[in-house]
Amino acid sequence: MSILGTRVLRTEDPRFLTIGGNYTEDLVDERLTGAVHVFFVRSPVAHARIVGIDPSGALAAPGVVAVYTAADLADLPDVPPILPTMNQAMKRPPLARDVVRYVGDPVAIVVTEEAYQGEDAVELVDVDYDALAAVVDIDESLAGETLLFPEAGTNVAIEYGSEADLDSKLFDGCEVVVKHRIVNQRIAPAPMESRGAAAVWGDDGRLTAWIPNQGAQGTKGAMVGMLGIGAADVRVITPDVGGGFGAKFGADLEHVATAWVARKLNRPARWNETRYENLLGMTHARAQIQTVTVGGTRDGRMEAYRLEILQDCGGYPKIGGLLPSLTILMTPGTYAFDRAESIAKAIVTNTTPVGAYRGAGRPEATAAVERAVDLFAAEIGMDPAQVRRRNLLPPFTEPHQTKFGAVYDTGDYEAALDRVLEAADYEQLRAEQAKRRANGDPIALGIGLSSYVEVTGGGAESGEPHENALVEVHPDGSVTILTGTSPHGQGHETAWAMLASDVLGIPMDKITLKWGDTDLIPRGGGTGGSRSLQQGGSAVQKASRELVDVARTRAAEELEANPDDLQFDVATSAFAVAGVPGTSVSLAQLAEHERLFVETDFFQPGATFPFGAHVAVVDVDTETGKVVLRRVIAVDDAGVILNPLLADGQRHGGIAQGAAQAFLEEFVYDADGNPMTASFADYPFPSATEMPSFELVDMQTPTTYNPLGAKGIGEAGTIGSTPAVQNAVVDALSHLGVRHIDLPTSPQRVWKAIQAARSENA
Amino acid sequence: MRVNITVNDEPRSDEVEPRLLLVHYLREVCDLRAANVGCDTTSCGACTVLLDGKSVKSCTVLTVQADGHSVTTAEGLDGGAEELHPVQAAFRAEHGLQCGFCTPGMVMATVGFLSENPHPTEEEVREGLEGNFCRCTGYHNIVRAVLHAAESA
Repeated sequence: MSILGTRVLRTEDPRFLTIGGNYTEDLVDERLTGAVHVFFVRSPVAHARIVGIDPSGALAAPGVVAVYTAADLADLPDVPPILPTMNQAMKRPPLARDVVRYVGDPVAIVVTEEAYQGEDAVELVDVDYDALAAVVDIDESLAGETLLFPEAGTNVAIEYGSEADLDSKLFDGCEVVVKHRIVNQRIAPAPMESRGAAAVWGDDGRLTAWIPNQGAQGTKGAMVGMLGIGAADVRVITPDVGGGFGAKFGADLEHVATAWVARKLNRPARWNETRYENLLGMTHARAQIQTVTVGGTRDGRMEAYRLEILQDCGGYPKIGGLLPSLTILMTPGTYAFDRAESIAKAIVTNTTPVGAYRGAGRPEATAAVERAVDLFAAEIGMDPAQVRRRNLLPPFTEPHQTKFGAVYDTGDYEAALDRVLEAADYEQLRAEQAKRRANGDPIALGIGLSSYVEVTGGGAESGEPHENALVEVHPDGSVTILTGTSPHGQGHETAWAMLASDVLGIPMDKITLKWGDTDLIPRGGGTGGSRSLQQGGSAVQKASRELVDVARTRAAEELEANPDDLQFDVATSAFAVAGVPGTSVSLAQLAEHERLFVETDFFQPGATFPFGAHVAVVDVDTETGKVVLRRVIAVDDAGVILNPLLADGQRHGGIAQGAAQAFLEEFVYDADGNPMTASFADYPFPSATEMPSFELVDMQTPTTYNPLGAKGIGEAGTIGSTPAVQNAVVDALSHLGVRHIDLPTSPQRVWKAIQAARSENA
Repeated sequence: MRVNITVNDEPRSDEVEPRLLLVHYLREVCDLRAANVGCDTTSCGACTVLLDGKSVKSCTVLTVQADGHSVTTAEGLDGGAEELHPVQAAFRAEHGLQCGFCTPGMVMATVGFLSENPHPTEEEVREGLEGNFCRCTGYHNIVRAVLHAAESA
């Protein structure tokens, strides 16, 4: 029986559980002996001109090797916005040169012999700032009274369509039109391991950089660009990575600065970020203001939908400026609107730059449309489950093209909704809600729904999405796999070994996976966008199968038989001649005289579109506004599941992060751009007490785009859970007349919404 | 200052700076790098170790405070005849770890918690581990692992 589809424990676990992972800060390598420690002086103000920097205090401190400012880094190019279509005047110097644009913007580098010395010395660099008006609010930025980049002439980094493109007749003929402005708040990715780097230049002039990342090849590309050197001169190695969630793709200026210091001093250099720095320096996430308008009939048919997006990019336009394009792509979600349209503007503010985070643009689309559906349902007084069922796209097995350019591969959205409602016992929940309301229970019960479709495994720079793998069988019967994907918690070592073992008949404990070394694996797309299994896993299976074909030819020579007469026996990992007992040769034996390996690429015809439906159940204390998350019931259909242990783990983590966005997490600035949540003592990072156990419902609709039938599962949970929980909180208070509460549904916001509804009713 | 500390059952004597945190002593002086630093506010618990059998956040203990005491890290957990200690084995069996960064701290917090409450309810587990953050698992399988470890003890 095949191991595929079964619950297999992780092979990587014993190491993590006993000696711990080997993260960047843990690295012990003789090339790093005598490394200096790199620290960053970061701006304490949101927007200011740098009048002067006096490093003398720091230079006099014990152990300080050097202090560098932008003037010293003049040999490094400024970094342009990530898309050529963005306003090109919004360049970022390698260190803030004349102006700081957010609290945390690096201004100077302090290099010390020992780590503790650096923590002391950064305090001693005296920077003189001339304060400028800080632009924190999206609307304020749009008004353009203060410009972050005066030479750009605007705070708008990029527009996706404009008001002029909107159809003035979109809602003509609709009996009901509901419009609402909703906030998809700024949050912090906050992986448990913050950022870091270790760098050393060899005598050959080549840089070796250890960087926690989600794809060494992409990180190398970014380093090459920012250092302005040749690709052949950089080797990036990926140590164990303590979580990424989209925020560890590529390279940041701190990584480049660490490499620059190592070159300048001709000594190895290390940088390890504190959590405070991480919450200011790593990209933030989401940060959209959306205006949704939905129109339809009084009997529950939704005819038209419009989504207008304002994306906050933070101080410099990075991936944040790209996110609205993914939001727009997924505008209509799972629904069969007759007409739909969306536009977006991405603007800069004096806040931490925004980037990718679990879902990256798609959670924002789902949150918008799912809120819109509930607003519509409330307006016409219909059950939200019924409105959804009435408007979902019917099941399809041939690709469905939307007007936004998405091609949904396979889907059965109504079945997902039916399953989740049944598993939640929706009718019984509504009955309990009615009972509580009748009894005047101060703890209101809320039931929230979401239906979602998302896009995974897209995003190849050119052509079809693809990934490569190299599989080699060694004479001792062991196997090495090289992959262009890059695990940081997902369990690739186990999953890729399952795929190879299933084909080669070699036990998993003899299979080693390697990734994240650009000298060893020059090509690869890394791990993100939930792409790894469908493309990287398919490549491993393909390489393994092709390896058996190569071995068959070799075995035919060895056994002096016709290749077609050979049978490959997976149980023994050997070829035998059909009908001739006693003659066989194993893959390991066939590797004795000549290397036995295959390197191959797997191409997928396009992105895949996982889908699902969630139900969240909350208790809302109407006297204090406190929300307690009681249940999350989830259908997350990601096609065929390779290892339910891993897939369920991805769902749990995703659901928790999405739920936490709904009722806990928010990165807050005051009106002057001072961060109010720059530590784990202030940022509401979810703990075990705030999460329930999750109820996962199985559903597997295969895709035809890869031989595994697999779609991505990494981000699905996050996308489904945020709107389900938010809708549940609003639903709990719907009888009071509450129609909407912005994210996160904190006690303060909930309490205010209750007071506002009561005074309106009074 | 000179400190005498028993680390994972081995007595040691080291000269340390008075301000050296226990977590940095373990990582840099003892070469034990399982415990990680995940925050700077004693919030996340990635650095949790046992001090005389009780779980502590080693980022908030000075090395000199451990003078004359005994420290156990994830590296020092004894599985007896088995490869893994029962708590470590339970984390593996229930997939209670993904990226692994919080894991050594989570495991040590669990060992400390179960020594005080060997038969906890799910709610007690959640409260007992409130000071240990995980970004990957949503805590679902961590809670399962702790309950599993309690049952198998």
